[in-house]
Amino acid sequence: MEDIFVFAVQTLDATLRVSTPLILAAMAGLFSERSGIIDISLEGKMLAAAFASAATAAVTGSPWLALAAAMITSLFLALLHGFACITHRGNHVVSGVAINILVSGLTIVLGIAWFAQGGQTPLLKADARFRPIEWPGAQAMEGVPFLGPLYEELISGHNILVYVALLVVPLTWWVVYRSRFGLRLRAVGENPLAVDTAGISVAFLRYRAVAICGLLCGIAGTYIAIAQNAGFIREMTAGQGYIALAAMIFGKWRPLPALGACLMFGLLDAISIRLQGVSIAGIGEVPVQLIQALPYIMTVVLLAGFIGKAVAPKAIGVPFVKER
Amino acid sequence: MPAEQSTTTGNPAGGAIPPPPAIRLKHISKSFGAVRANRDVSLEVAKGSIHGIVGENGAGKSTLMSILYGFYEADSGEIEIAGRPARIRNSQEAIGLGIGMVHQHFMLVDTFTVLENVILGAESGALLAPSKDQAARELARLENEYNLYVAPEALVGDLLVGERQRVEILKALYRGAEILILDEPTGVLTPQETDQLFRILRALRDQGVTVILITHKLREIMDVTDAVSVMRGGQMVAHRKTADTDKEELAELMVGRKVRLELDKEPASPGPTRLLAENVTVTDADGVPRLDNVSLTVHAGEIVGIAGVSGNGQSELLEVLSGIAKPSQGRLVLSGREVTAQAPVHPDEARKLGIAHVPEDRHRLGLVTSFSARESAILGYQGAARFNRGPILDGTAITQNCSSLMEQFDVRPPDPWLRSGGFSGGNQQKLILAREMSPHPEVLLVGQPTRGVDIGAIEFIHRQLVARRDAGCAVLLVSVELDEILALSDRILVMFEGRIVGELTGAEADERRIGLMMANAMDSSEHATAGSTMTEQAP
Repeated sequence: MEDIFVFAVQTLDATLRVSTPLILAAMAGLFSERSGIIDISLEGKMLAAAFASAATAAVTGSPWLALAAAMITSLFLALLHGFACITHRGNHVVSGVAINILVSGLTIVLGIAWFAQGGQTPLLKADARFRPIEWPGAQAMEGVPFLGPLYEELISGHNILVYVALLVVPLTWWVVYRSRFGLRLRAVGENPLAVDTAGISVAFLRYRAVAICGLLCGIAGTYIAIAQNAGFIREMTAGQGYIALAAMIFGKWRPLPALGACLMFGLLDAISIRLQGVSIAGIGEVPVQLIQALPYIMTVVLLAGFIGKAVAPKAIGVPFVKER
Repeated sequence: MPAEQSTTTGNPAGGAIPPPPAIRLKHISKSFGAVRANRDVSLEVAKGSIHGIVGENGAGKSTLMSILYGFYEADSGEIEIAGRPARIRNSQEAIGLGIGMVHQHFMLVDTFTVLENVILGAESGALLAPSKDQAARELARLENEYNLYVAPEALVGDLLVGERQRVEILKALYRGAEILILDEPTGVLTPQETDQLFRILRALRDQGVTVILITHKLREIMDVTDAVSVMRGGQMVAHRKTADTDKEELAELMVGRKVRLELDKEPASPGPTRLLAENVTVTDADGVPRLDNVSLTVHAGEIVGIAGVSGNGQSELLEVLSGIAKPSQGRLVLSGREVTAQAPVHPDEARKLGIAHVPEDRHRLGLVTSFSARESAILGYQGAARFNRGPILDGTAITQNCSSLMEQFDVRPPDPWLRSGGFSGGNQQKLILAREMSPHPEVLLVGQPTRGVDIGAIEFIHRQLVARRDAGCAVLLVSVELDEILALSDRILVMFEGRIVGELTGAEADERRIGLMMANAMDSSEHATAGSTMTEQAP
């Protein structure tokens, strides 16, 4: 019994760690897509941010400077996407794919040119990373049954970016549903003409939305490179941007359901890590490859229709042209 | 220049110093490339009056109002609002000057509540809650003052069209509009909703609001306006007090020549039944009946009009009769061929049976805008022997066919090689009518034949339809324009929510009786609340 409990707590703890970049990226995508801009370049922005943060941390040794560099890099890419989609009314998907391809190649090229380690950045020392924060009393609580492990493993002992991600969700909800900016954001994704005739600039509103998207992706990339890991590895985002996009669609473009979807993907991932090498009664040891594929198989199954009809913002992907 | 004979209407109070006009436009010109949309247009609108602006499509009405609402800036000319010179560079500045606009296509967010739509862009601060409270209070006040009610928490997507329009008016008033521009506001309304809109406009005028009404319906101009200005070819051709003019004069001013509004036609002499529908039901993918147990007949030599607000099953009726959709239940007899769910008819077969179809939406179903006119002129008949030489289309025959259709139906410009999308709406429609009428069909299904068509072309199209009837063709006419239904039909069926809710002969029909049939049907339907407020106030 005790074992199962500890296993559960440790799995949830891992879930949280794995879900953090998904949550940040899903909220980023939510801002962009609610404004009507399709963003499949979450992946590329996170990867660019991961590289920028790892490179900055390697050179300066400061995780905070690394975070700033990552956010600026990601913001730049977001504005580039905005420039293509908003100002020049380009196809959102094409622009997003272009950014993903660009970043995928550029990070490796720059990595080799600057650090000469085959596209990786140097392994970071502990003080150049975001490290776990021990909450007061975590050690003392260790002995307490149930509450102890819960507090020590699950609540305490994460780095600051995990807590930031968890705060970003209610903040997103509040901005989207309770603020003037949120009202306009939702309106511009549904009917930009209504926003335009109300005397609000559609372009400026959408630029602000993609900028927020960029900043959040910057945090997500930083987390992957210098909090979850200790440096940049080529293609290290490994599709998490797409998973975050899927989670946001599962959540029907709403913050809290999107959070739920991110945690679900995180849980699948965490279980797959923990199940490796474990033999299950009647089946024997499950091949590692199958377990690693589990989250992706589940994604396909869920995307294929278990989640019900997701209605996107009506004007999503449609360039706004003042027709009259 | 005729535009100079400006009128100063309104000011019934007769004060010592007349107040400056709410709007004064002086010598406004605006070009788009080579097209001169507005040429030296001047206009004065008295404060607290309802001012109509009429003109054909492309006469420059919309451009002029867009300049006033800040969508465009004029190339030259001056604007004065309440006596003060104004420069209006965007909608925000127009709103700031107290100008509100109700667009033809509503500028509403369907997933928002009424309240959220009203405050969008006019929020009182960065947080929504105080804005909503303030707007709720203001809406209650407007409701009292103008009898203008819409449930504040209702989702706009669930509202009836008339209610959505009221939301648009509320939006403008909430922003402090003292000048309200309405662009073709009645196109989507039932006669009762139109009456209610006009009552609201009169109440607004009596409170000092200036209303500008853009329309092509002369009857509405006569009903509700105090003064009227007529535009033609980008110029202002006349200003009149409504009391001093009549429909005939306005129509002549709009078109630039005499127009006969009344249609002379002999009484119909119906022959044998050409089209029969018995208990036909069409259900959509969600299982909702779009056409509900409809029975009707159309005889040779008569025009049967289907009246009703758009979206009440007329489109589905045309689709099932032309073979585009198949009936879920019931049976049809088209020129002797029996059609049921088990034995549906293909559109091509229907065409061979002598059923011609002029679709409601000419851009979606009537022609391909990127095709040349000669190609659009054979759509549906491209397999006919006269257009083919073996497996290859006969280009010469196709071009000749188009030229001859263009000549018969006065399509301008008569250029078979011009892109279909390059013709005006009226000429596109004439091309489609020519294509569908030229094989001399036994049954002609016509949907919205004059939607977006100029008054001169309307006259021509109407005469063609009557000529076809007199030649023994059975004509089924679907139109949301009651005037058109009344002018052409020998028998009238009224549709509501997929059902036929009334039948009248052409002689006994008038607008009021048709309107009441629609309203009664509405009353007994699920929209009971909205319908009842409407009928209570009906005269």
